[in-house]
Amino acid sequence: MPETPDKPAQPLALDRAERPGWRTWLSSSSATALAALCFVLLIGTLFSGDGAFYKWNTHRDALRQASVYGMLACGMTFVIITAGIDLSVGSVLALVAVAFSILSIHLSWSPWLAIPACLALGATCGAASGAVIARLRIQPFIVTLAMMVFARGLAKTISGGRKVSTAMQLPDGSWTAADVPHVFRAIDSRLLGDNISVVSLIFILCVVISWIILARLRWGRYLYAIGGNEEAARLSGVPVTIMKVLAYSLAGIFSAIAGLCQAAQEQQGDPEAGIGYELTAIAIVVIGGTNLMGGRGGIGLTLLGTLTIGYLDKILSINAVPEASRLMLTGVIIIVAVLLQRRKD
Amino acid sequence: MYTMQAVAVLTQPNAPLLTMTGICKSFGSQEVLRAVDFDLCAGEVHVLAGENGAGKSTLMRILGGALRADAGRTTIGGRQAVLRHPRDAAAHGIAVIHQELSLVGSMSIADNLFLGREPSTAGWLHRAGSLERARELLARVGLRLDPRRTVDSLTISSQQLVEIAKALALDARIIVMDEPTSALSAPEVQHLFARIADLKSAGCGIIYITHRLEEIYTIADRISVLRDGNLVATRRAEDLPAGELVRLMVGRSMSEQAPRHATAQTKVRLRVEHCTVRAARPGLPPIVADVSLQVHRGEILGLVGLEGSGVSELLWTVFGALGKRGSARVEIDGRPTSIHSPRAAIDAGVALVTNDRKRTGLIPGMDIIANTTLASLPRLSPAGWINRAAEARQASDSARRLNLLAASLRQSVSSLSGGNQQKVVLARWMGTQPRIVLLDDPTRGVDVGAKHEIYLLMNQWSEQGRSIVFSSSEWPELLHVSHRIMVMHRGRIAASFEGGRAGPADLLRAAMGATADA
Ligand SMILES: Nc1ncnc2c1ncn2[C@@H]1O[C@H](COP(=O)(O)OP(=O)(O)OP(=O)(O)O)[C@@H](O)[C@H]1O
Ligand SMILES: [Mg+2]
Repeated sequence: MPETPDKPAQPLALDRAERPGWRTWLSSSSATALAALCFVLLIGTLFSGDGAFYKWNTHRDALRQASVYGMLACGMTFVIITAGIDLSVGSVLALVAVAFSILSIHLSWSPWLAIPACLALGATCGAASGAVIARLRIQPFIVTLAMMVFARGLAKTISGGRKVSTAMQLPDGSWTAADVPHVFRAIDSRLLGDNISVVSLIFILCVVISWIILARLRWGRYLYAIGGNEEAARLSGVPVTIMKVLAYSLAGIFSAIAGLCQAAQEQQGDPEAGIGYELTAIAIVVIGGTNLMGGRGGIGLTLLGTLTIGYLDKILSINAVPEASRLMLTGVIIIVAVLLQRRKD
Repeated sequence: MYTMQAVAVLTQPNAPLLTMTGICKSFGSQEVLRAVDFDLCAGEVHVLAGENGAGKSTLMRILGGALRADAGRTTIGGRQAVLRHPRDAAAHGIAVIHQELSLVGSMSIADNLFLGREPSTAGWLHRAGSLERARELLARVGLRLDPRRTVDSLTISSQQLVEIAKALALDARIIVMDEPTSALSAPEVQHLFARIADLKSAGCGIIYITHRLEEIYTIADRISVLRDGNLVATRRAEDLPAGELVRLMVGRSMSEQAPRHATAQTKVRLRVEHCTVRAARPGLPPIVADVSLQVHRGEILGLVGLEGSGVSELLWTVFGALGKRGSARVEIDGRPTSIHSPRAAIDAGVALVTNDRKRTGLIPGMDIIANTTLASLPRLSPAGWINRAAEARQASDSARRLNLLAASLRQSVSSLSGGNQQKVVLARWMGTQPRIVLLDDPTRGVDVGAKHEIYLLMNQWSEQGRSIVFSSSEWPELLHVSHRIMVMHRGRIAASFEGGRAGPADLLRAAMGATADA
């Protein structure tokens, strides 16, 4: 720019590409989500259920119980970031749990075949929803509602409407019990001297994978862009259709992983499993602070949301608060958390 | 309430309608307004000028009750006013036309016009009455549209006119117009100025913000200049010549015109043949009807057209963004190129800056870096991993090149001033290293200094052999920058002129459909 050698008002600090300081962080969604979690933990120290809260086993079990919801919430995070929603995650969980049980117990497939097949099944369900949403431009709520009903029906069809368990009816009508497959025991076991559940580790792995996709891969950037402004993203060369199919497929895969864990824990495939789980998953994402309008949020928030919901439930149960009151309290907490988050915008 | 004050004002003609004193405002650690004094008299147009990010919109948002000042007081008609909410401002007779349009896209024009004060009896809406009134209001700004159409379906210039009509509907005494003409072309601007003259003679005061110098001198009675949040001058328009005004705004004198670079190159870079865009509904005439054009290497082709002429649609079709509605045969550097999607266009070296940064440009939740690199990610992250260092480098290079004003590159784009948002969009397309750049009103809402910057950038691109198709609602800049100008009327090329051979009157005649002899 030879014209303007004596430019006085230089733009401020353009080299400062570093992360914002801690002040900015204090007013961010992660700070609020962390505060909510700390608040719940504080309640735990006050109402410790006769000291149960101070035992590691309580924490191990809280993590274990929250993990399946957390996996669903990981998948849900991708979809919500694109400004979508996936109501089918609970049904896909049940479908995969049934399929996994049939393959492992009845057909004695090796887990090296059965697990990939189950993940592919989950991915297919998600991809189907995603393709209909992106190509036919039907609202995600409606498409995934349809998939929720469809997958539930499919689970009931292949299971014959019954739980698929180790109890098997022989051709002559008598009953026999098959062995529980090794893979079920392996998934449902604990490591490190009984101190951490394998399922919790699988959840952590899901979080790490999700974080990589969202924060470090081009894909993640594209998902945020689509949620923020789909038309602008398209005009910048973002492959919108492919990315939407990807988001729903990931939700399907994470639901499938949750389904595997569910089957292993119950040692059976229950076609009625996972009813209402989609709402818990959405609640987790929202409590974490990811915006349902899309384009904002992240997997760290979902992790915090999972722990918040998980600990809340555990603390209420060690204090023997009845189920009915627990539900009402959870409802109130969701609203309070969202109100806290909204202060930011 | 304000009617009483209005009577008082009319009885003493020179009493200010509005006085703002010592207004301060900071966002975090960034001081945006520093003890600004501003006043407005009845029957005057007071222009507020300044660079992008100087704080003009912030001051007006404080007046409109959308923001609270940290310090300072506002008196209206001699009495202190507390403006905590847009409702308070409306009650004091203040109407604000915001820079970033604030219409609800999914609602009809009529519903938007009366949003929040729908004509009703005991909760029942008066549908027929409100449609009638909406038609009148639209006619006042020169729009002939069915008020039942949704705002989404309107072009950006129509939306801007609806926004103006909405403010007029309030019957306010103080009207703030924050860049109301940034998407309007000459005849629409003339129409608006006629309305402003009516308002002046009715005793209203108008605060007018624009980056177009010729507009300032057409309508300003007084001019105030903001620079970096300080009010540096308030003078009568005749006492402030344009050179001086620019110097006050940018803090340096500037050769006003970027030199036009002559093209010697004759190789055709872009050839578009039989470009046709169907209307959204069957039965209507096509929006673009069989248009062909070619652009040489290093040439800047200006495209002009009024509302509905099809200029934007033509550019979108070349960029592959209209899907099946638009079709064209495109040749780039002599090779037939099939462009069926924006991605394909980008890969073929084409870039498109759309004329509506809010709707089709920026991703609001993302920061400057992510917005800047969005279109060049495949190059910056070939294996799919984002290279954060390279990304930050590209963003800061182009930010510096365009003189972007921001606290940090990690700032979210929604907190940038309008003109700086536009620079982010331009930066995105600088990053893709395009061979052909389609610019649809790229200087919308951009200050004089940055416009100059953009012209220089266009010249530089042109020298490097890139070809530019440049459409603008601001005709003087178009006449000034383009090597060749084509005028479109109702989807056809109505005339074409060599650079420097046409004046605004020629363009207007051709754009209105008078048969041309080019
Ligand atoms: N909500 C916000 N948060 C942080 N900074 C903000 C916010 N709103 C405005 N700013 C900053 O305040 C400064 C002034 O912005 P403002 O919109 O008033 O500029 P302007 O004079 O209207 O510019 P333009 O001509 O580009 O519209 C800018 O630097 C902008 O980045
Ligand atoms: Mg502004």
